Amino acid sequence: MTKVSKKFGTLTANENISFSVSKGEILAVLGENGAGKTTLMNVIFGHYIPDSGTIALKGVRMRSGDTKAAIKSGIGMVHQHFTLAENLTVLENILIGRNPLWGWTLNTKAAEQKIMDISERFGLKIDPHARVLDLSVGEKQRLEILKTLYSNCDLVILDEPTASLTPQEVDNLFVTIQSMVKSGLSVILISHKLDEILRVSDRILVLRHGKVVADMARVKANKALLAELIVGRKIKRPIQKKAKFTSNVLDLNSINTSPTQGSPMGLKNIDLELRGGEIHGIAGVAGNGQRALCELIAGQIKPQSGNLAYKGVLVNSFNVKKFMAMGIAYIPEDRNIDGVIGDMSIQENSVLSELNNPKIATPRGFLLLKECVAYAKNICKKYDVRTQSLSQPARLLSGGNVQKLLIGRWLERNPNVIIACQPTRGLDEGAIAAVHSMLLNAKSDGRAILVVTEDLDELLLISDKVSVMYNGSLTAAKQAKKLEKREIGLMMTGSKIEETIK
Amino acid sequence: MRLEARDHVPEWLTFLVPILAIFFSLFVAAILLIIADAPPLESFYYLIKGAFGSKNAIAETGARATPLILTGLAAGIAFRAKFWNIGAEGQLYAGAIAVTVVGTGAINLPSTLMIPFLFLVGALAGAVAILPSVILKQLFKVDEVVTTLLMNFIIILFVSFVLDGPLKDPMSMGWPQAASIVDSGVLPQIMERTRLHFGFIVAIVTALMIWFILGKTTFGFKIRAVGYNSSAAYHSGHSVIKTMMLVACISGGLAGLAGVTETAGLKGYLTLDLSPGFGYTGIAVAMLAALNPIGIVFSAIFLATIYVGADSMSRAMNVPTYLADVVVAVTVLSVLISLVLTQYKFYFKSNSK
Repeated sequence: MTKVSKKFGTLTANENISFSVSKGEILAVLGENGAGKTTLMNVIFGHYIPDSGTIALKGVRMRSGDTKAAIKSGIGMVHQHFTLAENLTVLENILIGRNPLWGWTLNTKAAEQKIMDISERFGLKIDPHARVLDLSVGEKQRLEILKTLYSNCDLVILDEPTASLTPQEVDNLFVTIQSMVKSGLSVILISHKLDEILRVSDRILVLRHGKVVADMARVKANKALLAELIVGRKIKRPIQKKAKFTSNVLDLNSINTSPTQGSPMGLKNIDLELRGGEIHGIAGVAGNGQRALCELIAGQIKPQSGNLAYKGVLVNSFNVKKFMAMGIAYIPEDRNIDGVIGDMSIQENSVLSELNNPKIATPRGFLLLKECVAYAKNICKKYDVRTQSLSQPARLLSGGNVQKLLIGRWLERNPNVIIACQPTRGLDEGAIAAVHSMLLNAKSDGRAILVVTEDLDELLLISDKVSVMYNGSLTAAKQAKKLEKREIGLMMTGSKIEETIK
Repeated sequence: MRLEARDHVPEWLTFLVPILAIFFSLFVAAILLIIADAPPLESFYYLIKGAFGSKNAIAETGARATPLILTGLAAGIAFRAKFWNIGAEGQLYAGAIAVTVVGTGAINLPSTLMIPFLFLVGALAGAVAILPSVILKQLFKVDEVVTTLLMNFIIILFVSFVLDGPLKDPMSMGWPQAASIVDSGVLPQIMERTRLHFGFIVAIVTALMIWFILGKTTFGFKIRAVGYNSSAAYHSGHSVIKTMMLVACISGGLAGLAGVTETAGLKGYLTLDLSPGFGYTGIAVAMLAALNPIGIVFSAIFLATIYVGADSMSRAMNVPTYLADVVVAVTVLSVLISLVLTQYKFYFKSNSK
């Protein structure tokens, strides 16, 4: 029997949290960003030192703040972001830090045997001699789990394990988790995907503002109840509004591009039409050319062949400033790197793209500082960017507020086309709802919107049309209503792509 | 001991840091003075007296601060945009060569036109001197740290060549120096019978202008945006390349102005020892001021105080003038280190149980 309980005060990140996990149990931990999930797990794993409270494993009190001791006593953690050495093989990645890799007594044969045993027992198929950089995302995930299982742990913590998996890979992962608990392990699963948690967990722990607000058996939970517990209030889900389609705003005709940094395969023969009053969703596993597509429409890269027409007129010169002036807005994926300037104030970030706007600066280039403040105030008020003061540096904003600021900044320009790349990645439920309603409102204002996302729930929730990107190609668009998640999942892995293209 | 990142660095701390750093470096200097058998307090008295003790001392400090303000601004504005111009020394000499070419008789205008004309020519020459580095960076992604640094040697050797060749003053009795700047081009004194010249005012006005540009114009906004996060600036429709090229040319131009003040203001003619490393010291000036243009004026005056004061201290106490270099180096190092450390809170108690 395994019992983990801990309490600790003062720090608001985690306040007096107690819970236990029994042997063979799957405990799901739910909560918004900043609710304290990751902090809590890091405390258990010994990364952080709790201010008060204790952790006990199998009745034995653990030394706090000692990661090695945590591993030794049988706690394994799979982080949300992979911690693998890309240039080593699967086997080497598992052995790192455990066996002396370059000692005289290196015994890889035994290790390999043990890995094969584990992978058979839990259905974690993997080639121990494959290089990590050749693995798919799902395989890397399996390797991470294998790595923790290899050190004979009793309790495995999985932090957002399904974040970048296709539905099929999620199914496989859950089979593995089930077989893990069957053989006596305990699992703590951190996630914000309610459907998945309701599918696999035995018990659900909900955190809010660092406190436990619910600890219940799965059978007593349902989606609506959990969502309310997580946020602490009812979330108004944005509703799909009917909007009038207008004519095509943007046409892409058999466009090819050379490889770019984010998309090594480039774009292959892309056809795409964006109409006003419509959200076109693009699904796909990250790295299949979505980024290149966004950059193309934002004017950052130019096609090698094919053409792009804006409102029926062919566009020949590709540069960001010109595309912005035409009325194209690009909400980039990495909002803290490509979106805001963390060291500049919120006020300055609000006018970053507006230096040619006569409201912001005179034609001779003198900033109208009072008008800048008014402009920023308006954005923050209109789009609910919560901030203490406008002169705060933007890096102090939460992810949701950064995104609202960015989208707001673009919407103030009255764009005809909005490209949103992973607009809700890493945001909490409240912010996701806000971003969705911003996009849906923009749609009903008659703007053409392209949303790139890996989250299929989001895709089907907000888009009118859906196509899937795989290896640089784009499938023909289909009505979102007629599609199912599984079908899209298959297309994301390329299996049905040949038929769909024709 | 543990470190924890601060959300927000309090304002008073950013002011306190340079002052504490100065005291720390004086403390280090005091240790060295004791080792050199000189009483530290008395030595510091002579240092202050040497820098501010008389009309002449004040003028000398101001004259020394003049080129440091300009090269400090040159480094400051370039570093703001993350263009690492280490070549202010060479750009300074480029400005000096240019005013020598046009100002020793080739062109002669009334003073009110001649002086602005010389400043313009010097600034242009400084900007031209940085162009090879800018072009190499944009075309072939050659690191500008390397190219601007190496350009210094090329330009200084070129100065050496012209001073023994085409620009050599025939009346110089064989010394490698150029002819004097024509009278109408010489910067007037602003304190009678001292070496403090009009260039000091030019330097301070320039600092105010740079401050205004950085804070109140779209161009300054772009410079800061490109410096802090060029990727976000690019996504917001700004041309990172154009901004960086312009900043580099302005930086070179500012260093060129320092060449003008030294040639037409202090010395009156071009020699090989025109600048005892003003270009490099400018980097220290800018760093000490955390790249703030107004701060650069004060940090330049501080460094000038140390250098000028150290001369009189060394005469009075019989200690080497190199102590000035120690004070400057320790101050800059401790400011840089403490600016990083202000980002963190410190916990000294041990938390492990």
